[in-house]
Amino acid sequence: MNRSNTYIFIYATVMVTVVAAILSFAAITLKPYQDKNVEIEKKKNILASVKVECTADDAEEKYEKFIRESFVVNLNGEKVKSVDAFEVNMKDEMKKDASQRNYPVYVFVHSDGSKKYILPVRGKGLWGPIWGFVSMESDFNTIYGAIFSHKGETPGLGAEIDTPEFQAQFDGKQIFNANHEFTSVSVVKGGADPDNINAVDAISGGTITSNGLDAMLKDCLKNYLNYFKKHK
Amino acid sequence: MSEREPLFSPKNIKSLTQPINLNNPITVQVLGICSALAVTVKLEPAVVMSISVLAVLAFANVIISLLRNSIPSRIRIIVQLTIIAMLVILVDQILKAFAYDVSKQLSVFVGLIITNCIIMGRLEAFALGNKPWPAFLDGVGNAAGYGMILIIVAFFREFLGSGTIWGYPVIEKLGLYELGYENNGLMILPPMALVVVGIIIWVQRARNKELIEQN
Repeated sequence: MNRSNTYIFIYATVMVTVVAAILSFAAITLKPYQDKNVEIEKKKNILASVKVECTADDAEEKYEKFIRESFVVNLNGEKVKSVDAFEVNMKDEMKKDASQRNYPVYVFVHSDGSKKYILPVRGKGLWGPIWGFVSMESDFNTIYGAIFSHKGETPGLGAEIDTPEFQAQFDGKQIFNANHEFTSVSVVKGGADPDNINAVDAISGGTITSNGLDAMLKDCLKNYLNYFKKHK
Repeated sequence: MSEREPLFSPKNIKSLTQPINLNNPITVQVLGICSALAVTVKLEPAVVMSISVLAVLAFANVIISLLRNSIPSRIRIIVQLTIIAMLVILVDQILKAFAYDVSKQLSVFVGLIITNCIIMGRLEAFALGNKPWPAFLDGVGNAAGYGMILIIVAFFREFLGSGTIWGYPVIEKLGLYELGYENNGLMILPPMALVVVGIIIWVQRARNKELIEQN
């Protein structure tokens, strides 16, 4: 059907305006629900790193109950007052210089009385950011648990980092080697030696994500070294 | 039209069932191959992707069909794209608000629906020239045909590549690993999706002689 240019212009303008209105309306009305989901997801992830199972419904309650303390430290390992650890957005922190960043620490008290220290990590995968939480025993060497998540890694390949099978490999691994040097936990392509306390297996077909995860752990955990030293 | 066509007239039924077999968007029209490669490593994302495509395609077909007499033909592609993009963003936003877990699983693939050639192909070929109800059936039929192939491919790739079905470790439970069986790592890489689709096309053409091109 041939129409005049005026008709086409008006048609396009009206259509774009209507579509924009529908989308903005949807975005604004759905925003509170989405933010809530993100917050619950963060609490769930923090709890999952210390192996506390929870659902979307009881995540907040359990978070209040088990996470006794949370604070922010700086690169020198000193506590920074006046910053709420939960409100710290790792995405914004990573843009700052390492010495300017806030480093959140969440303290979880296990039912047997031992304390676990939960540290957020964030890095780059293949398609976008990857992040997670690593919980340390109070020797600040042994990993108690780890959880990773991602924005858009390839399902079945890089996205496997968020599966329990992959994450379980980190349990009991150590971030210092036998000579007390910081080595982090390496993600080894082709499989790590099961006796190697500083390494885990990478994901077949997910090499770039695995390398990103390896770099993320090194880069994020090393910033806590001063804090570890002070509290060991 | 003077006489009302019954809702499920033979013609309407045909636009619903034809794409599932004889006019399958993937194996016969060879559309939407790209996403068939990407989401078929595991069964679960393949199923959710099929459902999302079904929703988007059915609604986009209906909307375009309702607007078909007013759309200026010179900008029809732009109009179609805008409608598709709007629906996809809506699906994505709603999933994020009310089904956060599913949305996390699908991640980038919801956005990829926009680039699925099947959707624009159906809008262009069918919805622009037909009434809303047949257009709806055509959308559902095509999405079902697409989803069916996706699920078949995903089944074989997950089973042979990871040894699981819907995450359940079948091979391990059968004890085949102890007999020396190993998963085929090649199956989880994209090229194998193409090979599996190729085998499906071969089987389908061997059974339906009319699909074989004469040249």
